[in-house]
Amino acid sequence: MADDLAIRIRGLCTRFGSHSVHEGLDLDVRRGEILGVVGGSGTGKSVLLRTIVGLQRPAEGEISVLGTDVLRADDDARRTLERRWGVMFQDGALFSALTVRENVEVPLRDVAGLPDDIRRALADLKISMAGLKPVARGKYPSELSGGMRKRAGLARALALDPDLVFLDEPTAGLDPIGAAEFDRLIRRLSDSLGLTVFLVTHDLDTLHAVCDRVAVLAERRVLVTGSMQEMLSVDHPWVHEYFHGPRARAARTDAGDT
Amino acid sequence: MAAEGGAPELRLDEAGEGGRVLHLGGRLTLAQVTTLRARLGEVPGGADLAVDLAQVEALDTAGAWALARLAARIEAAGHGVTWQGADADHAALLETVTQSMPDAGPAEAGRVRLRDLLERLGRTSVEGVKFLMELLAMLGLFTDRLLRLLLRPRDFRLTSLVHHCHEVGVKAVPIVALMAFLIGVVLAFQGSAQLRQFGAEVFVVDLIAISILRELGILLTAIIVAGRTASAFTAAIGSMKMREEVDAMRTLGLDPAQVLFVPRILALLVMLPILGLIANVAGLFGGALMSWIELGISPAMFQTRLVEGTAVNHVLVGMSKAPVFALIIGVVGCHAGMKVEGNAESLGRMTSNAVVTAIFAVIVADAAFSVFYAQIGV
Repeated sequence: MADDLAIRIRGLCTRFGSHSVHEGLDLDVRRGEILGVVGGSGTGKSVLLRTIVGLQRPAEGEISVLGTDVLRADDDARRTLERRWGVMFQDGALFSALTVRENVEVPLRDVAGLPDDIRRALADLKISMAGLKPVARGKYPSELSGGMRKRAGLARALALDPDLVFLDEPTAGLDPIGAAEFDRLIRRLSDSLGLTVFLVTHDLDTLHAVCDRVAVLAERRVLVTGSMQEMLSVDHPWVHEYFHGPRARAARTDAGDT
Repeated sequence: MAAEGGAPELRLDEAGEGGRVLHLGGRLTLAQVTTLRARLGEVPGGADLAVDLAQVEALDTAGAWALARLAARIEAAGHGVTWQGADADHAALLETVTQSMPDAGPAEAGRVRLRDLLERLGRTSVEGVKFLMELLAMLGLFTDRLLRLLLRPRDFRLTSLVHHCHEVGVKAVPIVALMAFLIGVVLAFQGSAQLRQFGAEVFVVDLIAISILRELGILLTAIIVAGRTASAFTAAIGSMKMREEVDAMRTLGLDPAQVLFVPRILALLVMLPILGLIANVAGLFGGALMSWIELGISPAMFQTRLVEGTAVNHVLVGMSKAPVFALIIGVVGCHAGMKVEGNAESLGRMTSNAVVTAIFAVIVADAAFSVFYAQIGV
């Protein structure tokens, strides 16, 4: 049933010199779900994301994304695959010399035979879908707030209508209202565009609000995956502390109220 | 999102149940959006329209955008559009896209008129004047902080000064010496070819000595230092500014002018005369060597002729320019660094600006010196 899986990782080992980040890591992401990846600082959440999208080469293991073996794919297959996923980096990673609209147009320029006016209109559409006002289109990344940069980064990640989106700490550094809006945005876009979302986060509210399943990284592997409810009954001390700590309790109450 | 697949299919049924029905089918995606937009543009807008999406195989935001445009056009004409037969995913997508349809952006700029050109000219002139004022302000800031240091020498950052002296001066010695040596060689070679026609070969010594000691030694040194140091200042200060390190410094009670500018500019003030001196020696050495090879003027004869024929004030005139050049290079480099904004592009632009401005200003100052010394007859 490999078709049901957007991402399939088996026996992944990532090492930096003698320091090992992942040892024998297995993870499945199903199509259409929003998977939240949590873990303490330094457990290699971002490294995992970078490894899946091919920015980092693992020492061992298999990674298959949307049915393509990432580590063994030839250049053409990789290019095709790269058009089917979008990545939003932590601070947006926008090209600082381009305006927001030009940033979103970058991936669209790869589409053969797309006239300029349609490209511009589609970029504007993505910008507006990411919840940015029209005035933001002509602005440069340095003129935007952190939240707006994240939205612009999301608009660029969505430019080619990907099947799969990677989000690295989408709500880090946002105020609670902005973070909640961003959560709703992710949920809405995921529903209406049929996205699979791989989301690295620290934000318990985000986990409650948007994630279908949660994967906990600890001890250099995926310790446990499951719904938020299932997480609450896990015995592992770190997982217990994470999902039963004071902040977790507050987030749970919030989610229960709304 | 595959690029293959059928073109979008359109069939307009003028007499369907309850009015006009537009039957759509095939793939309505980014790859087909150009065709789709053109075909949808042909649908007349004069009446209500029902759009049947039952046969649509694939729909993405690009396809939905084209449909939403059609709907907006018909609704703008005062008629209604209804969607039929869309599956849940397509309906949700259509809904989202319709809600976020961007309004038309601001109109593109019209053609350039004379008034715009005049305005641009005015802006450029005002900015030029402002730029000069800012350089003066930077020079004033440097002087002020230097005077304060005289009152409170404990604040002086000796380690930093030594570090910058090493970066700016010691590391530049090889390139400066080599450059001056080659200039000496070239002068001797070219000079001897010309002077030989008049049998005045021995004057090649005066030619080399005066041009190197008075002008070329220090000028070319300053140009090289402007190229390597002004850019380094701009890049270092600029990247600190980009990452808000300069702001952090201010909040910690550190004065960026004291910490960043004073050691750098002071290091240039100390090292540029020394580099100029090294250039002079290397230039004379190159000249002497070439005169020996090309004209048979022995080093001893060169030395005698040099000491007899060249007044020491040529050296003083040359060296007197060094502090001014040092100030120009330092002030331009630091100022450009502080003008860097939050993006990588601006860092690159300001770095190259700093080099161009510094070299240009050094040459202008040199010309001013020439006129000045000629007038007072030194």
